Amino acid sequence: MHKVLIVGEHDGKTLNPATAKCVTCARGIADGEIAIVLLGADTAAVAAQAAALAGVKSVLRVDRPENEHPLAAIFAPQLAALAADYTHVFGPSTSFGKDLMPRVAALLGVPQVSDLMTVEGPYRFKRPTYAGNAIVTVEADPARKLLATVRVASFQAAAGGGTAAIESKSTAAVLPSHTRYVGARSGSTDRPDLQTAKRVVSGGRALGSADNFKLLFSLADKIGAAVGASRAAVDAGYAPNEMQVGQTGKIISPDIYIAIGISGAIQHLTGIKDARTIVAINKDGEAPIFEVADVGLVGDLFQIVPELERLIGG
Amino acid sequence: MQKIMVCIKRVVDYNVRIRVKPDGSGVMLDGVKMSVNPFDEIALEEALRIKERGTNIEVLAVSIGVADTQQQLRTALAMGADRAILVQTDAAVEPLTAAQIFLALAKKESPDLIFLGKQAIDDDANQTGQMLAAIWQRPQATYASKVEISGEKASVTREVDAGLETIEIDLPAVVTVDLRLNEPRYVKLPDIMKAKKKPLDVTSLDALGVSAGVLLRTVKTEPPAQRQKGVMVKDVAELVDVLKKKGLI
Repeated sequence: MHKVLIVGEHDGKTLNPATAKCVTCARGIADGEIAIVLLGADTAAVAAQAAALAGVKSVLRVDRPENEHPLAAIFAPQLAALAADYTHVFGPSTSFGKDLMPRVAALLGVPQVSDLMTVEGPYRFKRPTYAGNAIVTVEADPARKLLATVRVASFQAAAGGGTAAIESKSTAAVLPSHTRYVGARSGSTDRPDLQTAKRVVSGGRALGSADNFKLLFSLADKIGAAVGASRAAVDAGYAPNEMQVGQTGKIISPDIYIAIGISGAIQHLTGIKDARTIVAINKDGEAPIFEVADVGLVGDLFQIVPELERLIGG
Repeated sequence: MQKIMVCIKRVVDYNVRIRVKPDGSGVMLDGVKMSVNPFDEIALEEALRIKERGTNIEVLAVSIGVADTQQQLRTALAMGADRAILVQTDAAVEPLTAAQIFLALAKKESPDLIFLGKQAIDDDANQTGQMLAAIWQRPQATYASKVEISGEKASVTREVDAGLETIEIDLPAVVTVDLRLNEPRYVKLPDIMKAKKKPLDVTSLDALGVSAGVLLRTVKTEPPAQRQKGVMVKDVAELVDVLKKKGLI
């Protein structure tokens, strides 16, 4: 019997969709009993959301003022204490999970499988290495606890309709004072979140300026899409880094990804491989993006994008 | 601030196209160009900039790996590190073991700050810095895009999924760096000559009292599934038509 503890990601109001994807991953483990743990100042609202995920047995709330912000140094000792009752501890492979989970693993003296993409058995998994160019199958010792970050692009979100029991937990963990939250700045928009959007419009260096990205925003708003950018476009200053898609940015899996003026460097392709349909628009017919695109159109993006927006509306 | 330790990994060069061995035993490494992990180069550059702004700060570059890893440490010395230590081993070193090795070095050297890249571009594990901070029982600031030191504290701006987050940490601490922190300097020929005279000590796992265990066994390596080549359309009207048929718009 395996017991999987999933570290839920949330902002106090909304459970991050990455958590529902971790549940699907955990359900791949045979005889697995799944719990979600939520650390926060007040997790009542997000606990209700977590309890509704199908396949989850229990939701653990660890509410205390120190947990208001997700600091790894504060969360890790509490999670290491809670992990005692579980065989597996999973977190999402988001900046939250990637920061936190290795700290928990090291406190427990156990290994971590990063970016778990396929469950082959309770202790046998696949994960990408070399920017996704080599997929390795790894086996862990069943005698040890196993930690993992789950590559969220590899799993569908668990359905709703669940009725998990919610309970409050506390730990005796001693929390350090050496790490303090100061503040956050986000380029928040009304558009869908890039990481979880079903539709993504993304631009590359060929856009030529930050101003020209408005073309993409306009198209995206028309079809309810999030907007992404290649690393080249981010490095050129056309788009902020939180819009970056690729090995060093976000790994995404939308239903449709429209790559506009993106040549398709291998590091970018790593981030979009799991998209259901890739559309490429580029003036260079030899661009590598066309190797992976399901639909390709060679031409001038400055003519194509406005026309596309018009025709989609019609 | 007196000493900064920078952890460096020898990896397959960023520009090499990775090929998986047909027997599934790993990737082809024979005759392949090896370099300093690009994120570690950024880590070293940041340490050097702090050194150049301060007085009497020593920058120590450390690495773990085969004898040839001395090449990458020489590059670090040429960039401006004062001294280097190689923990020489032919064993495959997992992140937790690497963290234990760096902890042993940290206990000997007592650095005020340890910089690492946020991940190595070979195993893409993204674990070592966090693990080191955990077992050193010190703060961690991962994915740094800005580091400001003031006395015994550092303010670090981190690149997170939602944008940027700033935290304050007490030193000593571990900082892992992201791409936008800085642009590493180019090494000039006179610096390479000078680097040859800088101290590079070689030590072993035994000397540090660490053993390289296998916690995760790699049983197979395979190339990723390829996407099927799609269709080319001639104009926007045809594109919209295809997308509508697929039910995507």
